[in-house]
Amino acid sequence: MKYIDEYRDGRLAMDIARQIVATADLVRSYHFMEFCGGHTHAISRYGLEDLLPPNVRMIHGPGCPVCVLPIGRIDAAIALAMRPEVTLCTYGDLMRVPGSDGSNLLKAKAAGADIRMVYSTLDALRIAEAEPNREVVFFAIGFETTTPPTALALKAAIAKGLGNFSIFCNHVLTPAAIQNILESPDVRKLGTIKIDGFIGPAHVSTVIGTEPYEFFAEEFQKPVVVAGFEPLDVIQAILMLVRQVNDGRHEVENQYIRAVTVFGNEKAQAEVANFFELRESFEWRGLGEVPYGALRLRPQYATYDAEKRFSMVTPAAKDNPACECGAILRGARNPADCKLFGTVCTPDTPMGSCMVSSEGACAAHWTYGRLREKARQAAAARAVA
Amino acid sequence: MNKMGVKAYTWKLDIANGRVDLSHGAGGRAMGQLIEDIFHKALDNDWLRAGNDQSTFAVPSGRMVMTTDGYVVSPLFFPGGNIGTLAVHGTINDIAMAGAVPLYLSACFIIEEGFPLADLECIAQSMGDASRETGVPIITGDTKVVERGKADGVFISTAGVGRVPDGLDLRADAAQPGDAVIISGSIGDHGVAVMSKRENLEFDTAIISDSAALHRLVAAMVAVGGKHIRVMRDPTRGGIAATLNEIANQSKIGFHIDEEAIPLKPEVAAACEFLGLDPLNVANEGKLVAVVAPDGADVVLAAMQAHPLGAEAMLIGHAVADENCFVQMATSFGGGRIVDWLSGEQLPRIC
Repeated sequence: MKYIDEYRDGRLAMDIARQIVATADLVRSYHFMEFCGGHTHAISRYGLEDLLPPNVRMIHGPGCPVCVLPIGRIDAAIALAMRPEVTLCTYGDLMRVPGSDGSNLLKAKAAGADIRMVYSTLDALRIAEAEPNREVVFFAIGFETTTPPTALALKAAIAKGLGNFSIFCNHVLTPAAIQNILESPDVRKLGTIKIDGFIGPAHVSTVIGTEPYEFFAEEFQKPVVVAGFEPLDVIQAILMLVRQVNDGRHEVENQYIRAVTVFGNEKAQAEVANFFELRESFEWRGLGEVPYGALRLRPQYATYDAEKRFSMVTPAAKDNPACECGAILRGARNPADCKLFGTVCTPDTPMGSCMVSSEGACAAHWTYGRLREKARQAAAARAVA
Repeated sequence: MNKMGVKAYTWKLDIANGRVDLSHGAGGRAMGQLIEDIFHKALDNDWLRAGNDQSTFAVPSGRMVMTTDGYVVSPLFFPGGNIGTLAVHGTINDIAMAGAVPLYLSACFIIEEGFPLADLECIAQSMGDASRETGVPIITGDTKVVERGKADGVFISTAGVGRVPDGLDLRADAAQPGDAVIISGSIGDHGVAVMSKRENLEFDTAIISDSAALHRLVAAMVAVGGKHIRVMRDPTRGGIAATLNEIANQSKIGFHIDEEAIPLKPEVAAACEFLGLDPLNVANEGKLVAVVAPDGADVVLAAMQAHPLGAEAMLIGHAVADENCFVQMATSFGGGRIVDWLSGEQLPRIC
């Protein structure tokens, strides 16, 4: 595959890995958070951590839209889907996200709810056009990358005069979440979580640019490298972060110059701004309430806003108390630290959100990396003996 | 009034424009006509011509193998085949994976009211062609028609019997550390071909399903290295990831495989890339994975590569002692990772 294989070249990877080993200061450790689940997936799938020296560690962040969706929003979506007039269109990733009491959309579908898996917002629009007697609701989730398509779907629905189409908006924002992590007590005040820098998601930055990160790179003095999702992109970003830390710099650097600019895609931003506004606060699974961390439809589009159209309520719902997803999403714990991990909570029987999507920290660790943990434990046991 | 022996007048089956209706499953003349004009014509052989509710055949000496399988593929027609060819090939392959020679098949059709007769005829003819090409006759069958909405076009359920060559005993718990893992060709072709025709997902591709009957390839392998072959399995749903995990767990061993050695067509790799799929999880319908004792790996591999259905066969790894029964892969990027079973249905990722 031209333009893809070049970014998966094992020889180049070894070369960069050697540079990281040569550059990383042996007397200190480096902890970098890859914010986005796409990076977590790439790191796990290509076994990238095997190429890093022991003093360079990756922390898997909360950038998985499925993982950060709170239980209450899933419960609300299930309640909506159970209404006889409603057809709920959703991305496949959401089907198995656990709601309260072991419920999920897959089970709701089996119980008779009209839930359809779609691959894009356009599929949902097509269904709304083809079935004018159904109330078609698109379950919109995702970061800045998936928000413009939702905005365009809304624009198209309005242009076509589709009166039976609406959106259950759960779009969330990357910079707000990173800021929330940096401001959380265990990171900022207690210093229990060490984060020396961030890898920023390139796809988000193709839309928003690199500029939104400037503030907290400066305010929190943490370097940010916006990187692509191919394994060479990620390992190069790690080298760039190591260099920044060594130099005492905290800049926003752009590794993904093939598509990301400082100001991003201003047309897409304008379309989003036309239809969406900031929520004062929105619950993120794992992070809690994040101020200005999500979007909702502007009031003039209330008829297209499923929350208003169907007077939806988001019930208060709590995760299993033993679930460590919250701490894992903030980087305070590793997946293997959680009592549920690999016992009752596996990708087949997810208890927490991090286990659901292949981009979730726990699922990625279980699917690709649990052996590494076992090897580490075995080594530790041998050391003790 | 009809006299005995005078056939009642029936309209000719309008295959070009007609549709299956409930009378075609009701046990009356319409059903007889459907069976005669479509199934018997397409699958023609002495057993079906005899018109019994069952067929008899002589039992060979030694051990026999029996399998049953259901086919519910959507869409029914895809590049490189249809539900009918898939049913014949898939059932033969299940028998062949025991190292056996397939002898006879059965087929049961559950048809949705309203299904076009032309499509049914096409499927039946494909099955007839596949049956003649493979030399494995379909000797008995059944037809049911269900109300509209109670099925999705047509479902096919099959059974098959075969004979195991003397001295051969392939079983999924027989793999041992050190054994070679061989794949007969490129992975993921079938899954991607079917997905390319799924509603809402249609994309242009030259990829066709690898649907094929593997019994002759297996016969060639058994002829030169039967005693060395420990396990064979066709990696259908769940792809080679599922197959290797199944064998690892049943044999209580692990596998080490090498990503670079696994044959993968560039078009399949590209389709998986934009659909967010892992080719290791994507279904195949004309491939087999063989776990072979180290001493026999070379001859079995050579026999496979000499056969058209195994021309691209590759040694992709080895069985290892591992109480966790993990399948591990050295990635082409230089790292390592676990290859796990797929959870739920494989779905494209969203961003």
